[in-house]
Amino acid sequence: MIEKAFVGNRNYWVWIFFLLILITVGFVSYMIQLDIGLSVTGMSRDVTWGVYIAQFTFLVGVAASAVMLVIPYYLHNYKKFGKIVILGEFLAVSAVLMCMLFVFVDMGKPMRVLNVILYPTPNSILFWDMTVLSGYLVLNVLCGWVVLSAEHKGVQPPKWIKPFIYLSIPWAVSIHTVTAFLYAGLPGRHLWLTAILAPRFLASAFAAGPALLVLLSLLLKKLVGFDAGKEAIEKLTTIILYAAIINFFFVAMEFFTAFYSNIPGHEHGLAYLFFGLEGHHNLVPWMWFSLIIGIGSVVIFLIPKLRQNQSLLIVACLSIFLSLWIDKGIGLVLGGFVPSPLESVTEYSPSLIEILITLGIWAIGAFVLTVLYKIAISVKNQNT
Amino acid sequence: MRKDRRNFLKKLGVASLFGIGSAGALDQYFKKTVYAELFKEDGLKENTTRWGMVIDMTKCEEGCTACIDACHFQHNVPEISGKKEEVKWIWKEAYKNAFPSKSHPFTKEETQKDPVLTLCNHCKNPPCVRVCPTKATFKREDGIVMMDFHRCIGCRFCMAGCPYGSRSFNFKDPRPFIKKINPDFPTREKGVVEKCNFCAERLAKGQAPACQSACNNRSIVFGNLGDPNSEIRRVLMTQNTLQRKTELGTDPSVFYIF
Repeated sequence: MIEKAFVGNRNYWVWIFFLLILITVGFVSYMIQLDIGLSVTGMSRDVTWGVYIAQFTFLVGVAASAVMLVIPYYLHNYKKFGKIVILGEFLAVSAVLMCMLFVFVDMGKPMRVLNVILYPTPNSILFWDMTVLSGYLVLNVLCGWVVLSAEHKGVQPPKWIKPFIYLSIPWAVSIHTVTAFLYAGLPGRHLWLTAILAPRFLASAFAAGPALLVLLSLLLKKLVGFDAGKEAIEKLTTIILYAAIINFFFVAMEFFTAFYSNIPGHEHGLAYLFFGLEGHHNLVPWMWFSLIIGIGSVVIFLIPKLRQNQSLLIVACLSIFLSLWIDKGIGLVLGGFVPSPLESVTEYSPSLIEILITLGIWAIGAFVLTVLYKIAISVKNQNT
Repeated sequence: MRKDRRNFLKKLGVASLFGIGSAGALDQYFKKTVYAELFKEDGLKENTTRWGMVIDMTKCEEGCTACIDACHFQHNVPEISGKKEEVKWIWKEAYKNAFPSKSHPFTKEETQKDPVLTLCNHCKNPPCVRVCPTKATFKREDGIVMMDFHRCIGCRFCMAGCPYGSRSFNFKDPRPFIKKINPDFPTREKGVVEKCNFCAERLAKGQAPACQSACNNRSIVFGNLGDPNSEIRRVLMTQNTLQRKTELGTDPSVFYIF
């Protein structure tokens, strides 16, 4: 099947080469970072994680969201998802790969990465995160590829794959839960020290991931005439709607607990993000922008007349994706470091090199996704 | 066989009923007040070693940096200017920053004014050790929280985990920033985390920590918390002392007198 990735029209190759350029720029930037050290990033003694770990956290959610297609299709026999389940699984593959790369480029001593396996440490959540992420990658490659090959050969998927598909469902939940535990178990980081962090992560993931899938499906329809089906898209928007509402409900819970209890530590993180703290308010416009477009998209998803308008649907999907990317990919990770354990406010903004490396990794993700989708759609088209 | 099993289960049930009644539930019920053991008494057994430190801020001289200089020379700590990438093992921090939950507007003037000496607390329950994915940070039998600079992968999870801001990361090669190299202690490479080690290398030779030896005012007392006859235990028994952020359950081995 892989040969299908080597034939394509002009646009396909232009896109592939564009991604390869971004990847090269990112790689060269990484070489500079490797040579000089993480000094080239905007991270500091007080804000020790930046845009890399933030992207990692967000993308774990995108990866986990494949389960929103797998559950209806395989557990509830919702046949309408038949054409796009594979898109969800391959999106998960690409997202998990990006997650791993983001953790890798964040390491001060990447050449020692195998120490995590050589000296396994079960009390560290990072050890478990590595375990569940690699497992999830294998599961999605396996399930996606085996089912697609069967389709390629025009036969039913082998029976032995079913247990793996079922296993991938709780596994998807586990990757985002464990990722939330990276944060939620740290004493003294009040923004993260909340029991609803994992549920919140899952809710935002199940909104952002399917939103991306809707956008990708509409894009594929326009570019290569691959139609996911109207009903499938509608079902996806329902999933996005409920997940987004639950997500904002959880955000409101955080506000209530922090500000009604009036405990300074609990207030500071949210106050810094949404109102600014001691004259520092770099993230305030971002957070309000995120909140407004997020709520705005919920309104569009909620009203049938609006969501049935395809342009508005695209706006809504873009908005909720961007909103949650800001919320989790910027606010949550950076906000946890403010104020520092010594009560000082240090602000962070990524350096150019950091941004180029980040773009490079997103380009690798897009590259993998393009190739996988190319294969999947070629197989699907041959049978119709 | 079946009957036996049934009998056995019956007896077990009855026994456990009595067991609960006499040993736990009823007893607790009739007692008027039950105190939750929020902060457990130190469960140290006799003759064990747990190194600890008392810092008497009433004796610490404002503006003096003897202990900091001695420590940073002893451990080849680079002097990097600017807050972003600074590396520090022991330093002075305003009282309201070091003790945020204990500071209030009517705090004694000297306490408010004089910066507090801060360093790794060598917690009994160290979050940094809990989160480290490679055991590069580990707790020794004698309570010292140590680092293996050669195993650290530089993920900085420990820095997110430490509620005291006691850890520094080498954002770049630290060697050009070491004024005078002490050949008796290793230097670090870029990309690893470092922090105070309670002078484990000096303790091994029977010497006191560098900061304590350097202090002319005897404001630092270092010793074994497990030895009831040690000087540090005598100080702790006779004076009122504070630990930083006790509410987090970390149980620091560094105590303060104000």
